[in-house]
Amino acid sequence: MNLLHFFMENRGQILELSLEHLWLVGISTLIAVLIGIPLGILSARWPVWNRPVLGTANIIQTIPSLALFGFLLPVPWIGERADRLAILALTLYALLPVIRNTYTGIRSVDPAVIEAGRGMGLTGRQLLLQVELPLALSVILSGVRVAVVISVGLATIAAAIGAGGLGEFIFRGLAMVNNQLILAGAIPAAVLALSADFGLGWLEKRMRPR
Amino acid sequence: MERTLASAPVIEFRDVAYVLPNGKPLLLELNLEVQRGETLVLLGRSGSGKTTTLKLINRLLAPSGGEVRVNGSSTVEANVIRLRRSIGYVIQDVGLFPHFTVERNIGLVPRIEGWEAPRIHNRVEELLQLVGLEAKIGERYPHQLSGGQRQRVGVARALAADPAILLMDEPFGALDALTRDELQREFLSLKQRLSKTVVFVTHDLREALRLGSRIALMEAGRLVTVLPPEGFVRSDDRLVAAYVRAFADGCELVAQRGSL
Repeated sequence: MNLLHFFMENRGQILELSLEHLWLVGISTLIAVLIGIPLGILSARWPVWNRPVLGTANIIQTIPSLALFGFLLPVPWIGERADRLAILALTLYALLPVIRNTYTGIRSVDPAVIEAGRGMGLTGRQLLLQVELPLALSVILSGVRVAVVISVGLATIAAAIGAGGLGEFIFRGLAMVNNQLILAGAIPAAVLALSADFGLGWLEKRMRPR
Repeated sequence: MERTLASAPVIEFRDVAYVLPNGKPLLLELNLEVQRGETLVLLGRSGSGKTTTLKLINRLLAPSGGEVRVNGSSTVEANVIRLRRSIGYVIQDVGLFPHFTVERNIGLVPRIEGWEAPRIHNRVEELLQLVGLEAKIGERYPHQLSGGQRQRVGVARALAADPAILLMDEPFGALDALTRDELQREFLSLKQRLSKTVVFVTHDLREALRLGSRIALMEAGRLVTVLPPEGFVRSDDRLVAAYVRAFADGCELVAQRGSL
C-alpha cells in the first residue's frame, strides 16, 4: 500500500518522466526506421551491401550502452545536449533489428512471385513498392517491435548522462537505496515496453499476408 | 507485302548461347524460329535448357552470345519493360501476388499501363470468363483458390494486356492429372479463339504432342530437332526415338495392367 501511496503522490512526475521516456524512444525509433528500412532494402537488392551494412549494425549492437554514451560525448553538436546524445545512441541500437528484418522480409518473398512480377514487366520500383515491401511489412514491423522494446529498456540508462526519462527514478533510487523510487521508474518502463510489444504485435498480425 | 509480314518469324534465336557467370554453359548454338500463331513446344528433361530458352525471350536472361529477336528487334536493344509487357508469362508456381485479390492480380498490368478503372474491371470479367472462372472469384485471394483455379488466374493475368506472345513454363506441371487434362483442353480451345504465338515448355511428351504445332527437343543445352507432332513420333533420330519409346513403354505398361 505504501508503494501505491507513493505512486499517487508522485503521479505528476511519473507521468512527466514517462512522456519524456516515450519521446526519447519514439524519436529514436522513427529515425532508425527512416534509415534502417532503406539500408535493409539496399542490402536485400544488392548483396554486396549485405555484409558491410549488417556487419556494422551488428558491431554497434555489441557496444555496451554506457560505453556508447561515453563515446558519443565528444561528438560536436550531438554531445552538447544530453537528449541528442541519448536519441543518437538509441537510434544506433534500434538500427540492427530494423535493417535485419527488412532484409529478411524482402528476401523471404516467394521467388515465384518475384519472377512473375518481373516477367510481367514491373519495373524495379513497382516491384519493390507494390510487391516486396507490402509482403515484407509484417516482418519489418516485428523488427520495429523488437527495436522499441529494446529502446524502452535502454532509455532508462540515458538518465545516467542526464537525458531524463524514467531512468531518473531508477538512478535516484539506487543512490538513495530507495526501492520505491526504483520501482517508480521500473514499473512504468515495463508497462511501456509491454504495451508497445502488444500494440505492435497486434499490428504485425494484421499486416501478415495470407 | 502482307505475305512477307505474315511469314516473318515472331521470335528468332541466332547462334544463341547462355553461359553462367561460373563458366557453366546452359545453352549453346541455339538457332530457332517461332512463327506467328504457332504453339512451339520446348521438350526435354530437366536441365536441358528449355526454361533458359524461354527466359531469353522476355529477357529475364540476356544471351551471352548470339542474338534473340522478338518482332524483328533484338531483346538486348529493346526497352525491357515494354518487351515484357508485350509478352504474357505463365510459370508452374503461378506466382500470384498473395496480398492482391484475383481481380487486382489480373488487372495489374492494365493498371500500371494507366487503363481506366471501369475498363480494367470489364477486362477482368471477360478474362475470368475466358479461362472458365466465375466472376465472383475476382474478389477472392489466391490462398482461397484450388491449384487449377490458381493456374487459370495465372493464364488470365498473362493475357490481361492482350499480348501477342505467350510464354508458358510447365504451367500444368504441378496439377493433378484430371485438372491438367481439363486445362490442356481449355488451352486448345483458347488457342483457337485467340491467335497467340505460344512457346510452351514441358517434359511431358503427351502434353507436347497434344498442344504443339511443332516440338523442339532439347538435350544438354542443345536443340536436337524441331518436328511437327506427326513427324516426331515417326522420327528415327536416336534421341527422339528414345523419348517416344520411353513414353510408349509407359502406355504399354498401362495396357498390360489393364489386361491383367
